[in-house]
Amino acid sequence: MQGHSTYQPKGVAKWFEDRLPIVGLIHSSAVAYPVPRNLNYFWTFGGILTFMLVAQILTGVVLAMHYTPETTKAFLSVEKIMRDVNYGWLLRYLHANGASMFFIAVYIHIFRGLYYGSYKAPREVLWILGVLIFLLMMATAFMGYVLPWGQMSFWGATVITNLFSALPGVGTAIVTWLWGGFSVDNPTLNRFFALHYLLPFMIAGIVGLHIWALHHVGQNNPTGVEVKDFRKETVPFTPYATLKDAFALVCFIAFFSWFVFYTPNYLGHADNYIEANPLVTPAHIVPEWYFLPFYAILRAIPSKLGGVLMMFGAIAVLFILPWLDTSKVRSAKYRPMFQIFFWIFAANAVLLGWLGSRPAVEPYVTISRFSTFWYFFHFLVILPVLGLTEKTRPVPNSIADSVLGGAPATPASAVAAPERNG
Amino acid sequence: MTMANTTIGRAGRALAAAAALGLAGLSAAPAQAAGETVKPPAQSWSFSGPFGKYDAGQLQRGFKIYSEVCASCHALSLVAFRNLHEYGGPGFTEDQARAIAEDHKVQDGPNDAGEMFERPGRLSDRFPKPFPNENAARAANGGAYPPDFSLLAKARTYERGFPTFLFDIVTQYQEQGPDYIHALLTGYAEPKHGEKPPRPGLHYNTYFPGHWIAMAQPIQDGQVEYTDGTPATVDQYGKDIAAFMMWAAEPHMAARKGTGMVVLIFLLIFGALLYFTKRRVWSAVH
Repeated sequence: MQGHSTYQPKGVAKWFEDRLPIVGLIHSSAVAYPVPRNLNYFWTFGGILTFMLVAQILTGVVLAMHYTPETTKAFLSVEKIMRDVNYGWLLRYLHANGASMFFIAVYIHIFRGLYYGSYKAPREVLWILGVLIFLLMMATAFMGYVLPWGQMSFWGATVITNLFSALPGVGTAIVTWLWGGFSVDNPTLNRFFALHYLLPFMIAGIVGLHIWALHHVGQNNPTGVEVKDFRKETVPFTPYATLKDAFALVCFIAFFSWFVFYTPNYLGHADNYIEANPLVTPAHIVPEWYFLPFYAILRAIPSKLGGVLMMFGAIAVLFILPWLDTSKVRSAKYRPMFQIFFWIFAANAVLLGWLGSRPAVEPYVTISRFSTFWYFFHFLVILPVLGLTEKTRPVPNSIADSVLGGAPATPASAVAAPERNG
Repeated sequence: MTMANTTIGRAGRALAAAAALGLAGLSAAPAQAAGETVKPPAQSWSFSGPFGKYDAGQLQRGFKIYSEVCASCHALSLVAFRNLHEYGGPGFTEDQARAIAEDHKVQDGPNDAGEMFERPGRLSDRFPKPFPNENAARAANGGAYPPDFSLLAKARTYERGFPTFLFDIVTQYQEQGPDYIHALLTGYAEPKHGEKPPRPGLHYNTYFPGHWIAMAQPIQDGQVEYTDGTPATVDQYGKDIAAFMMWAAEPHMAARKGTGMVVLIFLLIFGALLYFTKRRVWSAVH
């Protein structure tokens, strides 16, 4: 990528730079790195997500100092954190709500990528690394929810681990292996704690690769047109993107704080304030909100194995998305039909989330099936066909043409109002 | 867990797991609650909203009800006597809290002779449980297990429905638990259409899920004496005990909401400064 570091150290800094050029690396990736000047605020969620990962690791490490991963003590140790540890209530509410905030940010980040075609060449690997991060996040969040050892923790873990029993032949053996016994019990809690501590560092590693890939290919932008003239079309990361990201981050933290300080249990489930009891099944076993669309897909299929395959398929399809979308045009701004289908897809995803929270009775089951069908239909049929048949609007020749108003061979109404980053 | 380990064992838990799987709807079986539920009417609580605080007088009345009526069956095992004089709570003095602790007998030991013994409670002790174990509690209560009060106000809820649940983010409505507890205490009634209990010893309650609750109406008008002029009615008792239980479940709420206000004001000012700095810097390239 062009526009690299102008870092010219002197004296001790030069001596150090000749031996380990890490300051130069930081300078080139966080100061000099060229950022398309027309990015809108949807591009600030990468920074917000990095912040959330660090925040979750920091609060999580301190919580782990006070938590006991043992079935008779786990629930009480969490209550001890809430009552007796100094600012323990703050740490736990930050961590529990932080998981939800992480997912809110990641869903916005993903839908931004879907809308502006950020997964298309040359960003396929960048996108795939992102889907991997998403998968690891889901595994981490699921295991983290088990740790307080409340009723939803226990029964959620039981339902989800039991899914693997649907695999023909080896299913039961796999479930026993996952549990470390014949039911969700102390060995399960122990390994979930170990993995819940491990996975965030694996996420951090893949985030490193994700950012590396991003800095290699450069950021997409609302026009979906590659940067052609670095001098006219980009600004240095610092101070421009740094300040914009910082402002967006503070707004996001304010939103986060609203939940932590005023409605800290809104996103949780009341049943998780009842200690796990293997003999009493809650009336409704509901996963956390961020899993609900996938839970709805799981339940929409009449066969258990089919449901499990479709649920994992819903994420697997994201891995091949760069090759399913056949359109040469990246940004939805110039794809009127895609825009309509994008919003239908988004509404359908929200609908799936709502259906996941409903009991598995009619009419919800039938609606879930239509909704699940549409989820896959969008990726497997609409995207490939639309790319070949859609009549797109004229795409600007360059970001500069789009931003600086010198609209070339495009009708005035065709290009949306110039992106103003203020 | 302990019960499962001792009496039911692996097979039982595997069955329970299988049952859960069915209930989760994988076999399309409906995950129904025990029966229809009636929405509890919303009460006005001193601790709701961004500036909400517990009313110390109300918590003291609630504590009186707990001590005189509920404590014979319901534990409060996560609350310590010292909590009674801590910030944001019922506002007892340290001496009052110590006197309350000393009124309770706490088991300690073993002593040098290897015997367990009882001694008066200390500030650092938690409220002793009324029964030594769950089986003893069930034996004394017709098979039912009176739940521990420590977290009940956060462990009980009812479905808010769409779109109310979205408005709750803005209004900061977090009081499903206390509303439900108040409704339960005032909700004892004659069964509708002369329904009969599914098994003897159950009592009809409008708000209990499925309506048939093992606990008989626990409190009557005038049962607990109030000295501050507050009406001694079941309605008022319900509000006071629910407020007390909310405090027991969330003792640091006052510190939480106070900190939140400071944090939000800081973020508002810091955010505004960042916004104008950002605009200034970007104005060069626009």
